[in-house]
Amino acid sequence: MTPHEQPDRQSDGPSGWPAGGSSAGSSGRSSAGSSAGSSGDRPTSAERQVAAVFRAEHGRAVAVLTRSFGDLSVAEEAVQEAFVVALRRWPTDGVPASPAGWIITTARHRAVDHLRREASREDRHAQAALLHARDEPPEVGPVQDDRLRLVFTCCHPALAQPAQVALTLRLLGGLTTPEIARAFLVPEATMAQRIVRAKAKIRDARIPYRVPRDEDLPDRLTGVLAVVYLVFTAGHTAATGDDLVREDLCAEAIRLGRLLVELMPDEPEALGLLALMLLVNSRRAARVDEHGLVLLADQDRARWDADEIAEGEALVRRCLRRGRPGPYQVQAAIQAVHSSATSPDRTDWRQVVALYDQLRVLAPSPVVDLNRAVAVAELEGPAAGLALVDDLPLAGFHVFHAVRADLLRRLDRPAEAADEYDAAIAGTDNAAERAFLTQRRDGLRRT
Amino acid sequence: MAQYLLSVMEPTGGTPDPDLLRQVMADVEALDRTMRDEGVWVFAGGLHQPDTATVLRAQDGRVVVTDGPFAEGKEHLGGFTIIDVDDLDAALEWGKRLAVATTLPIEVRPFRG
Repeated sequence: MTPHEQPDRQSDGPSGWPAGGSSAGSSGRSSAGSSAGSSGDRPTSAERQVAAVFRAEHGRAVAVLTRSFGDLSVAEEAVQEAFVVALRRWPTDGVPASPAGWIITTARHRAVDHLRREASREDRHAQAALLHARDEPPEVGPVQDDRLRLVFTCCHPALAQPAQVALTLRLLGGLTTPEIARAFLVPEATMAQRIVRAKAKIRDARIPYRVPRDEDLPDRLTGVLAVVYLVFTAGHTAATGDDLVREDLCAEAIRLGRLLVELMPDEPEALGLLALMLLVNSRRAARVDEHGLVLLADQDRARWDADEIAEGEALVRRCLRRGRPGPYQVQAAIQAVHSSATSPDRTDWRQVVALYDQLRVLAPSPVVDLNRAVAVAELEGPAAGLALVDDLPLAGFHVFHAVRADLLRRLDRPAEAADEYDAAIAGTDNAAERAFLTQRRDGLRRT
Repeated sequence: MAQYLLSVMEPTGGTPDPDLLRQVMADVEALDRTMRDEGVWVFAGGLHQPDTATVLRAQDGRVVVTDGPFAEGKEHLGGFTIIDVDDLDAALEWGKRLAVATTLPIEVRPFRG
């Protein structure tokens, strides 16, 4: 037995380096598990560079080759092969001047070799892909980044949302299937099946590899942003400090958010989403302490990430200037109000309520009403908040019961508050949230 | 180009309001004409009720004949259109128009090949 963390060798990507180069696990590589065939005990600098290029350039490489060959699976396999070759060559030959270009060129050659072999065996599919590659038109007009096509293909509405999320992380984010499975608490075989099925549907049903027409773009963009935000919230709700893999999802979502902003700089909602994620993420360190979750009002604001706040606030200003508000922008603006308050009692609750009023128009939902009621309670007192909350159709939703519990507590109605805490605890599986709510309920009984 | 089957999923039992039915028939016919004009139409047809169906099964060297549909369900295949278009987006676009015209769910499925 070794006390060290074992490197993950089950990746379905090129094996041989710890999957998810950004995770802390890669430094804990142990010599105990190395076999005779292994290249060494710890990753060499070239190996680390391959891993970094993999994460950074996987999406671009797959995107470029998908356009070349008109086939996502052909592209992905070729890119995988190229990274395996890189892992073999770079440690001895040195890392090339343009690692991404090297990967794409190598993958292209591999794909052509592979398709030639298949095509000579009367494989119609391979023949079509090869033909597609020969006919590749020179880039004309404004060069549109291939990754944008890949984004819209991965998030096509004909694919179920869990499949959209998995494909986006796999193809664009360069995460391995085992990593995605762990992050979403799904058995690896289930996740592998989900990805295989989605890729088969893209091929067989001919989901096109292109950016949607202008009239379809708003709808389709909403779907893309929802996928990235879902990745973020999955990481955020699990951010209890003991689950690094899931915490990495927040970083991955922010990376994808940056990519969307880079690819669609004129879409204010893409800016809004990135701002929202940065501002929420800036409180990560203060959100949990040794006792568990910490409410916004009780957080040590000195521990908020000043860089993320500055960037988030700048993005909020930038997108609001466009004058095309959307749900993500308004939510980001609400977070910015909190971020700019040096202490909880300096929060501009009037501004928060006004923003929730705007959000109710843009994206009406009982959850928005619930959040607005919380802000109203700060402005006008708990009785006013409770009156707004009472009729919301959210029974069973743990946040609804937690809000009611807190308002009842502040109105000195502890018995009813305790019942609401019980309902809240029953409504969530998240260990950190349960611990927090139990603590609040028990605190109630002592007073 | 690729071919897609657009299946009209009809609720089993009950008869629709005659006025609604007349409107649906007119809308479907108009869409059918548009599909022909645009050169995407391959074939289309409406089907009689499922109880007019006969099922055949090859068993032990002979074929067993059964009266009635293959499977009883809350919905059944009421009719279909086959179109030939570039990709799924185009197929979904026609499928949406068929869903509006028929007021019924449409299943879009690619043909092999």
